Amino acid sequence: MTDQTDRTVEQHSYDVVVIGAGGAGLRAAIEARLQGKRVAIISKSLFGKAHTVMAEGGCAAAMGNANPNDNWQVHYRDTMRGGKFLNNWRMAELHAKEAPDRVWELETYGALFDRTKDGKISQRNFGGHTYPRLAHVGDRTGLELIRTLQQKIVSLQQDDHKVTGDYQANLRVFHECTITELFTTSSGPGAPEEDRRIAGCFGYFRNDGRFVRFDAPAIVMATGGVGKSYQVTSNSWEYTGDGHALALRAGATLINMEFLQFHPTGMVWPPSVKGILVTESVRGDGGVLRNSEGKRFMFDYIPDVFKEQYATSEEEGDRWYTDPDNNRRPPELLPRDEVARAINSEVKAGRGSPHGGVFLDIASRLKPEEILKRLPSMHHQFKELADVDITKEPMEVGPTCHYVMGGIEVDPDSGMSSVPGLFAAGECSGGMHGSNRLGGNSLSDLLVFGRRCGLGAAEYVDTLGAPPQVASGDVEAAIERALLPFSSATDGGENPFVVQLELQKTMHELVGIIRKADEMEMALKKLEDIAARTRTVSVEGHREFNPGWHLALDLRNMLLVSLCVGKAALERQESRGGHTRDDFPVMDSDWRHVLLVCRGLGEDDVELTRKEQVPMRPELFDLFELDELKKYYTGEELGGHRAGQGETA
Amino acid sequence: MSHWHHFRVWRGDADGGELVDYPVEVNEGEVVLDIIHRLQQTEAGDLAVRWNCKAGKCGSCSAEINGRPRLMCMTRMSTFADDEVVTVTPLRTFPVIRDLVTDVEYNYVKAREVPAFAPPAGVAPGEYRMQQVDVERSQEFRKCIECYLCQNTCHAVRDHEENKAAFSGPRYLMRIAELDMHPLDAADRRDLAQEEHGLGYCNITKCCTEVCPEHIKITDNAIIPLKERVVDRKYDPVVWLGNKLFRR
Repeated sequence: MTDQTDRTVEQHSYDVVVIGAGGAGLRAAIEARLQGKRVAIISKSLFGKAHTVMAEGGCAAAMGNANPNDNWQVHYRDTMRGGKFLNNWRMAELHAKEAPDRVWELETYGALFDRTKDGKISQRNFGGHTYPRLAHVGDRTGLELIRTLQQKIVSLQQDDHKVTGDYQANLRVFHECTITELFTTSSGPGAPEEDRRIAGCFGYFRNDGRFVRFDAPAIVMATGGVGKSYQVTSNSWEYTGDGHALALRAGATLINMEFLQFHPTGMVWPPSVKGILVTESVRGDGGVLRNSEGKRFMFDYIPDVFKEQYATSEEEGDRWYTDPDNNRRPPELLPRDEVARAINSEVKAGRGSPHGGVFLDIASRLKPEEILKRLPSMHHQFKELADVDITKEPMEVGPTCHYVMGGIEVDPDSGMSSVPGLFAAGECSGGMHGSNRLGGNSLSDLLVFGRRCGLGAAEYVDTLGAPPQVASGDVEAAIERALLPFSSATDGGENPFVVQLELQKTMHELVGIIRKADEMEMALKKLEDIAARTRTVSVEGHREFNPGWHLALDLRNMLLVSLCVGKAALERQESRGGHTRDDFPVMDSDWRHVLLVCRGLGEDDVELTRKEQVPMRPELFDLFELDELKKYYTGEELGGHRAGQGETA
Repeated sequence: MSHWHHFRVWRGDADGGELVDYPVEVNEGEVVLDIIHRLQQTEAGDLAVRWNCKAGKCGSCSAEINGRPRLMCMTRMSTFADDEVVTVTPLRTFPVIRDLVTDVEYNYVKAREVPAFAPPAGVAPGEYRMQQVDVERSQEFRKCIECYLCQNTCHAVRDHEENKAAFSGPRYLMRIAELDMHPLDAADRRDLAQEEHGLGYCNITKCCTEVCPEHIKITDNAIIPLKERVVDRKYDPVVWLGNKLFRR
């Protein structure tokens, strides 16, 4: 048993350490290993339980299996539109181009997607995607993805076993291990910024609480999101913004933190399941949203920028499912931010369902056997948890905090952050999705950029001479911080669960789906108070699988990302995608090209600066019609478009 | 609508432990995992439990509830009478780490020993063609969330620690069946199932199928067909008997 005061630290050394064992982390690890590197994967949960298993709908890739008109340019345009043109366009370009190869590759690892009649990978409709584009397995696509990647890791270990006799010789999974610090060279006060490089990381094993350090010149962050800072969320306990916060404390920058996606359809009843995801596939496969008056209200909420692409009558919307070439899609399939706001408005106007949501109806739209076949896990989930048979009655749904668009600022091609040696992929990286992510673009994102980070990390290690050294003082400081909640216990600090509830309540009520300046200012004040309490939370018991201790250490990450969200949301005086301001309700072109950048200031504060977005490359810009761009861009920015040049020529 | 309920939770570690009684508040619609979390937030901040998704998709919160292997997140409190004592204990087949958390490493070791998917020679990525009806057989097994309830229940290891070395358990026999039925897998896995993974230890009592929260027909659809495929190579008394008893 590990004594509270035991300062022993187990030590390992690798070429590349991947923190996070979801889709992005596993894909990064596979690539780094294929490049010949010795790789460690660190998983906060058991191997194979990562949040990726929760992804239901599918993985977006313009393979053109369901509609031959699809290609990367269409996917690129949809992604930029979904993100309201605030996306890092280079990431969106790489993503649209490479996603099909990443999906096909999974089949060579053993994945079994649903098929079209001619035996290809089937693709389904989703919000904001012009064509059926999501490769899927019923409504459990995330599970297929995680299992496939997990089994590929095992397959690489089997290859190593044949050569070395040891499965874990060159690729090892350390599971139920939480990282609490990153080590950089020159991390002492006054050390020159330009000498800063990644040198390793530090953490503890959940089962016995022993400390561990990994010395590595390259670290890939793949830690997922931040949703646990909110009261109603589809995210699990792991989503405490660890990667975001670790990167900040190591000197990296975060962007777009004001943009949070509230998924329009989470369960609202019973209370214990509030927030659990109801897949968008329900709407993709024909489900419609109704208010308490039985009205399909989404037709009242089509914003001007999307007027041309969406049906204006129920009849046209219904025809689209069978004849998409001659009809426009129903507005239930608008991007998620639009649908979430619409539901919020209906409930506020008193037209909600009994438990404060709206009705999602698939029962009257598809035959029971079809529902069971296409949405088996939704049927199971409602039956078991809410006593609702979705083949017979509508579901009650409402918005739930689902995804953070903001994250670690990275180079689009290599995935490296502003700190040499620190890479980031998947949800914890920022830029790809702009102000709002399209459904299905997450699974493809983590495959495309997971691979790129693995490659980037391997190349970085090759260019490096001697590996950077971890300073022993930094290790001592990390031990000290990790043990703090035990020493606080003698001084009578608070229960971390209580502080967590307070933080979640603050973010939910004051920096939620609709935001106001005075409320956010109040939130920032409360966060200051919560910061002080977070420093002194105390835990009882010992270091063996102690959830109170784990939460006490996660809390400071939750606090730091909440500060980022709050400060950036207060600063951005417009409404765009996953950021809606009651006091600035319209989208403002002058804000489109501005990125808000967060930097860490010590243990629990951040500073915010503005940065100009790099203008889109001309041939990508020309993929859009000028009329559409006018809705998003300022006049001066449109000069370079082909239409403008055609006129002057 | 809330009421008080009598919970008994096993607390302890590898050196031993005991059932501890907790009176605890229960609200409408709650599941056993909610109650365990309430205990953590109130009187047992260090109560160890493993969980992730709380929606029956990740398979982390397996335990034995009133003696039955279940997912805590999918066991509704409304299935118990108000005065019924709810006893929660860790999975019995695996070594206890602490409280409700067990060491499930056995499963990862067995997973590593099943040879991976063997891609067909000469078929490029993007060129894979399979019919839906053919992939569905293996897809049923890929619904597995690896909660290990089947591994925990299977009496071949539950009461026989000594069999763990030779027997991979229903989860991994099903994995072999899944690969065997994969339309494009290039390997022959029959000898391996019998000789390396202990297929013969299974005497098709279907306990694994009964506890599967995904309702996968592990015995009927994975293990029996695998036994039949193996049998033309090797005599298995259970298949012989099964054919006598269950065949039409």
